[in-house]
Amino acid sequence: MLCLLFFNYLDSSIYVKEDLIYQDKPPKKLSEYGFFQDMNNQTPSDGVLPYDLISPLFSDYADKLRFIYIPENKTAAYRHNKVFDFPNGTALIKTFAYLNNYQNSNTSKQLLETRLLIKKSNEWVNVSYIWNDDQNEAFLSIAGKTISTKFINEYGNLVDVRYRVPNINQCKECHTSNKKITPIGPKARNLNKSFNYIEGSKNQLIKWHQMGWVENNLNIKSMVDWQDESKDLNDRARSYLDINCAHCHIDGGSADTSGLILDYLESNKINLGIYKKPVATGRASNNLRYSIVPGKPDESILLYRMQSLDPGIMMPESGRFLEHTEAVELISKWIKNL
Amino acid sequence: MIKFLKLFNFSFLIFISFFSYSKTITIYPSADPYTEIQEALILANPGDIVHISEGFYKLEDSLSIDIDNLTLQGDGLNKTILSFKDQMSGAQGLSVTSDGVTLQDFAVEDAKGDAIKVKGVHGISFIRVRTEWTNGPDELNGAYGLYPVESKNVLIDSCVAIGASDAGIYVGQSENIIVKNSRAEFNVAGIEIENSYYADVFDNHAENNTGGILVFDLPDIPQQGGHHVRVFRNKSINNNTDNFAPEGNIVGEVPRGTGIIIQANSHVEIFENDIGGNDTVNIAIVTYGYETEDKNYYPHPRAIQVHNNRFTKSGNNPDLETGELAKILYELSDKNMPDIFWDGILPMKQIIFGQPDNEKLILGNNGSATFLTINPIKYMLPIFNPVERDYDNYRGTITPLPEVKFSD
Repeated sequence: MLCLLFFNYLDSSIYVKEDLIYQDKPPKKLSEYGFFQDMNNQTPSDGVLPYDLISPLFSDYADKLRFIYIPENKTAAYRHNKVFDFPNGTALIKTFAYLNNYQNSNTSKQLLETRLLIKKSNEWVNVSYIWNDDQNEAFLSIAGKTISTKFINEYGNLVDVRYRVPNINQCKECHTSNKKITPIGPKARNLNKSFNYIEGSKNQLIKWHQMGWVENNLNIKSMVDWQDESKDLNDRARSYLDINCAHCHIDGGSADTSGLILDYLESNKINLGIYKKPVATGRASNNLRYSIVPGKPDESILLYRMQSLDPGIMMPESGRFLEHTEAVELISKWIKNL
Repeated sequence: MIKFLKLFNFSFLIFISFFSYSKTITIYPSADPYTEIQEALILANPGDIVHISEGFYKLEDSLSIDIDNLTLQGDGLNKTILSFKDQMSGAQGLSVTSDGVTLQDFAVEDAKGDAIKVKGVHGISFIRVRTEWTNGPDELNGAYGLYPVESKNVLIDSCVAIGASDAGIYVGQSENIIVKNSRAEFNVAGIEIENSYYADVFDNHAENNTGGILVFDLPDIPQQGGHHVRVFRNKSINNNTDNFAPEGNIVGEVPRGTGIIIQANSHVEIFENDIGGNDTVNIAIVTYGYETEDKNYYPHPRAIQVHNNRFTKSGNNPDLETGELAKILYELSDKNMPDIFWDGILPMKQIIFGQPDNEKLILGNNGSATFLTINPIKYMLPIFNPVERDYDNYRGTITPLPEVKFSD
């Protein structure tokens, strides 16, 4: 008992070590940063705030625990339809895990990797850590790792997955805009939702304002939760495509060569893929003529590539081993109704 | 003398610093070659050499380079082999996104998607690199072998590309390009320059592809209006492999047995090539054949010059199954296929008022080459025969295009 108290006392003394954020070489162990009071439970330290996105990127059904750290007395400027202009010293922390917490699950949770985007000298740097078997520490990863494992899905089924921790370069594939590394998720339009904080539920942007990070009353059009069936089908589909595809399929992104632009704001039909011929698609065209044929999901290359599990065909190019069946259903319905 | 010494000292310093800052990391075959190679490619400093020694390396994931001025070097294009036959993830064999990289003396085999993709870089050299799908032509092969795109200063020298289901050597949306001394075989398109500016394609050998050398321009992509392409001293022969491109791709329209196709583009000079033994046609100069709403796009070829090529017999067994080109030509030529074909399609304004001189097709001496074009006015009036075969109508003075130079 005394021992436990002692540990608790020690734990509460953990704080974020800013000098490690600024240092050139990332530390070997994730715990060194001091982002977490309790590594395994992912309990954040003081000043590290959990957050969530309205529509997240699909990563083989992995659960994602997101946290943000902004140095004291610093602010993030709002940029319309873009990621906040975060100050130096900001760390975006994302742990990928199979929590296996659906009903009747007797499979224990598995922390897979924690990715950091750190801002220093006005540039973002990406670092990632892979969790050990004891699940109490994560170690610096360079070349990534393949984790063959199983998880329990929301229907209670055990699913095999070849989960791939991306290497540093693969992180950049998605996180690059005009040759610079950039975060994808934390745009105001994707944060405007409530979150269950320890002290209760609150809108994230209001909370961030109360933290002194962002200004109040941002005038934004929010993204739609793609799973929210009460919302407009087009908004849901566009929201899904935006967060899952548009980091590459955007001007300055790694797939802009294709001319297929899937950003939420894109309004040109050809750019969106409607009756757009493939450019460098190769066999991934599946003998189909257009990215999207309105009314005909089965004739649309876009949907075919979302369904494929072949690395030379599938979209996104990396970060997916399984088909995202719920999303395929949504996009199929959307194309049918175009 | 003092000046000379100073200069000497200075270059000596550069010499020294070159050696103290650039290091070579050597990789040998091991149980986990992916991790070893990829870690080396990530941890290297700009200017370093990552040397993969002779061996057969089985890789399950795609490799990538994002360090400037790195050299990835093997022991020879038949000695250091990166095999992606068992690839589980990643869309390419190897991808490069940093400037000034040199790839040399290795092979990438059986990638699930493109073999080597290089995107958005300033300076890339492929030297004695081979990309191959080892099972031969198959629509399940990856699209491109050597695939630089949106790049500037592209050198492809003494490379080999085999079995791509689109193009073996494909340079897209790029600027300042040299493709030389290379061999492309059993691809749908041997060598393709697409939506690019300033390319020299010379001393290459394109054989047994569906189409040997293609210079294309397509709408609805960021860079278009391809121009200034010289195709010279190449051999484009016996390109008679059935088209195995998956449908939907523009090269799926290329008929078996095509030597060179120029589609859209301006200022293209084709000279001193050996072209022959192609079942459909040796050279075709054509308009982009689809409707497009892209207002910036110009679908017609302009200022094309063809001279001093050596032709041998072609068109003996035209591919009437693939695309429209061969079928139309076969009918119009009354089964007597020409060496050089221009579809004659012009914008309406030019059909009526004539084509400006500086946009006209010019034919120089091409031995005994035969020619065929279609007169668009006669084509619209069914009482006339629209076919024109008089070579001399297009004879003119050649204005050589400048040599490609790399720029800063």
